[in-house]
Amino acid sequence: MSTAIKERAATRESASAGGGALAGTGTLVRFALRRDRVRLPVWVLALFLGTLSTASSFKTNYASAKERATVAETMDSAAGLAMTGPRHYLSDYTYGSMLGHQMLGFTAIMVGIMSVLTIARHTRTEEETNRAELVRSAVVGRHAYLAAALTVAVLANLVLALLMAAGLGGMGMEGIDGKGSLLYGLAHFAIGVFFAGVAAITVQISGHSRSASGMAMAVIGAAYALRASGDVGDGFLSWLSPIGWVQRTYVYVDNRWWPLLLTLAAAVVAAAAGFVLSTRRDVGAGLKAARLGSPHASPTLGTPLGFALRLHRGLLVAFGAAALLFGVMYGSILGDAENMIKEVDAFEKSIEGIGGQSVAESFASVVLIVISVVVSIYVVMAALRPRAEESAGRAEPLLSTGLSRSRWVLSHVIVAAAGGTVLLLVAGIGFGASGAGSTGDGGLFLKLVGASLAYAPALWVCIGVAVALFGWLPRASAVAWVLPVYGFLVGYLGQILQFPDALNNLSPFGHVPQLPAADMNWTPLLLLTLLAAGLVWLGLAGFRRRDLETK
Amino acid sequence: MTKAISVSGLTKTFGRTRALDGLDLDVETGEVHGFLGPNGAGKSTTIRILLGLLRPDSGAAQVLGGDPWTDAVALHRRLAYVPGDVELWPNLTGGEAIDLLARLRGGIDRARRDDLLERFDLDPTKKGRSYSKGNRQKVAIVAALASDAELLLLDEPTAGLDPLMEVIFQDVIMQAKADGKTVLLSSHILAQVEKLADRVSIIRLGQIVQSGSLSEMRHLTRTTVEAQTERPATGLDQLPGIHQLHTEDGRVRFAVDGGHLDTAISRLSEFGVRSLVSHPPTLEELMLRHYGDELEGNGHHKVESESTSEATR
Repeated sequence: MSTAIKERAATRESASAGGGALAGTGTLVRFALRRDRVRLPVWVLALFLGTLSTASSFKTNYASAKERATVAETMDSAAGLAMTGPRHYLSDYTYGSMLGHQMLGFTAIMVGIMSVLTIARHTRTEEETNRAELVRSAVVGRHAYLAAALTVAVLANLVLALLMAAGLGGMGMEGIDGKGSLLYGLAHFAIGVFFAGVAAITVQISGHSRSASGMAMAVIGAAYALRASGDVGDGFLSWLSPIGWVQRTYVYVDNRWWPLLLTLAAAVVAAAAGFVLSTRRDVGAGLKAARLGSPHASPTLGTPLGFALRLHRGLLVAFGAAALLFGVMYGSILGDAENMIKEVDAFEKSIEGIGGQSVAESFASVVLIVISVVVSIYVVMAALRPRAEESAGRAEPLLSTGLSRSRWVLSHVIVAAAGGTVLLLVAGIGFGASGAGSTGDGGLFLKLVGASLAYAPALWVCIGVAVALFGWLPRASAVAWVLPVYGFLVGYLGQILQFPDALNNLSPFGHVPQLPAADMNWTPLLLLTLLAAGLVWLGLAGFRRRDLETK
Repeated sequence: MTKAISVSGLTKTFGRTRALDGLDLDVETGEVHGFLGPNGAGKSTTIRILLGLLRPDSGAAQVLGGDPWTDAVALHRRLAYVPGDVELWPNLTGGEAIDLLARLRGGIDRARRDDLLERFDLDPTKKGRSYSKGNRQKVAIVAALASDAELLLLDEPTAGLDPLMEVIFQDVIMQAKADGKTVLLSSHILAQVEKLADRVSIIRLGQIVQSGSLSEMRHLTRTTVEAQTERPATGLDQLPGIHQLHTEDGRVRFAVDGGHLDTAISRLSEFGVRSLVSHPPTLEELMLRHYGDELEGNGHHKVESESTSEATR
C-alpha cells in the first residue's frame, strides 16, 4: 500500500514538473485576447485594408504596361531600391511584383512593431506594474506569461496573413494570383513572428517595457537598414536581414517558399532563447542591471529651461533623426520627380495648381507640407507636455517651489517652439542638400532650407492652440491633435483631391507660402506669429486662474 | 507669537463634492502642528490651498503673512512641501530630482543634503522609475529638508516608510523644530503626531472639529483607570462623570471625565488599592470620539477603547 502512495506521489510530481512551467497559459491567452480585443483587430484591419487599398490604387495610377515600365525605370536607382526592395522584382513589373517590391518591406516593419508591442505589453509591462507578481503567485507556471504572449502574437499575425491571402487573392487583379497571395500573407506571418521572438529576448534584457520595446524596434530598424544597403549594393547585406529574406521570396515573381522557413527557424531560435534567458533572472528584474545616473543635477538642470530641455531631449533627438532621414530620402528622388510625376495623373494635376518654375520645385513644395506636418507632431507632443506632467502628478511638487506657473509653461513652450524650428531646419538641410545633389541644381539648397523654415510660424500656432486649451480646457487638451491631422488631410490629400480653398484656409499650414514654387509673402507669416503669441498669452492667463489638477 | 498659517471659513467644492466646509486653522510660528483626519477629510485640499495650487471658493487664508494664491512664488521660496503621493520623473535620478526641486526653491545646503541622504539610506544614482514608493517619499523629504525653508508643509510624509525610517524622520523633524522652523504635519498615523506635535487640529468632513494642545484636549476628555482593590469597589456608578464601568472579582475598570478624576480616585482608595493603572486618552480615543459614529455606521461596534484603537489603525 505504501508503494501505491509513493507511486501516486511520483506521478503527481512528474506531472507538475512537465506541465508546471506552462500551467495557466491557456487562461492567460484568453485574458490577453480579452484585453487586446480592440487594439489587435485595429492593427490587423489597418494593415489589411492599407494593403488592399494600395493594391487597388496601382490599378488606377498605373493602368497601362507602359506606365508600369516607366515606374520600374524610376525605381531602378539607388534611392528607389533603398526605399523599396531588391531589383529582381523590376524584371517583370506587374501589379503583383509592384506590391511585393514596394509594400512588403514597409508592412514588414509594421507587423514587426505590432508584434514587439504585443510581446512587451503582455510580459514586461505586466512585471513593471507588479501585476505579474500577483498573477504568478497563483497557479501559473514560470513560462506561462511569455508563452501566452507569443501565442497571442502568433495568432494576430496568422489572422493577418490569412486575411491578406484571401483578400488579395480575391481581388482578381492581373499578376496577383491565389498562390502568390498566400505566400504574400505568410511572408507577413513569418516576419511578424520573427520580431515577436526578438522581443521575447529583449524583454528579458531590460527591466523596463519602454526600453525593451525600443531595443526590439532598433533591431527592426537595423534589419531594414541592412536590406536597404544590401539591395542598393551587391545584395550580401540583405542576407543578414530577415526583412531581406522575406523580400527574397520574390513573391508574385518567382514565389519561392524556402526563405520563409529560414525566417521561421530564426523565430523559433529567438523565442527559445527568450525562454532560456527568462530562467536566468528574477521576476521584475532585467538581465541588464538598471543603469545608474548622476547623483547630482548638472547646473543647467536646475533652471526651468534646462529642465524642460532635459525632458524633451529624447523625443527631440528621435524626431531630428527622422526629419533628417525624411529630408534626405525625398531629396534623393527630387531629380527623378519629373519623370515620375508625369506618369501619375493625380499628382500632375495638383502640381499644376501650385505652379512653379519646374516640376522639381512644385514637387518640393508638396514634400515640405508633409515634412512640416510630421514636425508638427513633435511640436504638439512637446506643447502638451505640461498637461502630461500635470496629470501624472509631477507638476505639483514643481509648482510648490519658487517656479511660477507662467515660467513653467513658458519653458516648455520655448523648447517646443525652438525645437520645432530646429527640426524644420534639419529637415530642410537634409532635403536641400540631397535635393541639390540629385537635381544638380546647387541653388536649390538655400531655397529649400528657407522654404522649410517658412513653416515655423504655422508650428507656433499649433503650440498656441495647445497652450490655450491647456489653460482653459485642460481635459480637452488632446483636441490640439486636430491641427496636424487636419493639416495633413487638407495640405497633402487636399492637393491631390482638389479640395476647395476655404478648407485650406482653416489650417495654419494653408497660409504658409508654398515655397519654392510660390513667391515669398511675409504678411501671413507675421500674422501667424502674432496669432501664436496671442494664443500662448491667452493660455497662460487661463492657467494662472485655474486649479492645478491633482491626483 | 505670530501665526505662520491662519485660515478662516475656507470652503472648496469639486463638482458636487464639498471638500472643505468652513475650515478654520491656526498654526503658530515655531510649532509642530498635527493635522489629523481620515482619508478624504480634506487635509490634502487644505494644504494645496495653502500652496496656491488650488483656489478656495470662499474664506481667507494667510501663509507667512502673505496670500497663498497671489503671492505663491514669493511664499514658495520660504516653504517646502512633501506631497503624500510623490511622483518622480522616470529618467531623472533621485539626486537630480532633489537638486532640481531644491534649486527651484532657491538653494540647497549640500552638506545637509548629503547628511540626509545617508541617514535615510537613499541611493541618489537610481532613476526615478526604479524607486519604490518609500524611496520616492524619501526623495521628497530630503529635497524639502535640505533647503532652508521656514515652513514645512508635510502631507502624510511617511506613508511608505518603514518603522526604522519613521524614527529617523521624527529625529529630523525634531531638529527642524529646534532650528525654529514651523511644521504642519498632516497624518492619520496618530502615534507619530502624538510624539511630534505641540498642537493638534482634528479635521472631519472639511471642518476642524477640535483644535488645541494635547494636554488641553486630554483635559476635556476621559482618563481610563484600571485598579485592583482589597474589597470589591462599589458605588462608583453613583459618581458623576464615570463611564464604561466594569467590575469583576476585585478588579475595576472605568473611564472618567477629566474634571471628575479626583473624586473617583478618592472613592477608590476607600476600598484599599492594591494596584492602579491609569492612562490618559490616546489620540485614538480623541479621534474615536469624533469618528465613533462613523465606525458604527460602517458596522463596527463600540467595545472597549483598546480594541477599538486597534481597529482604527
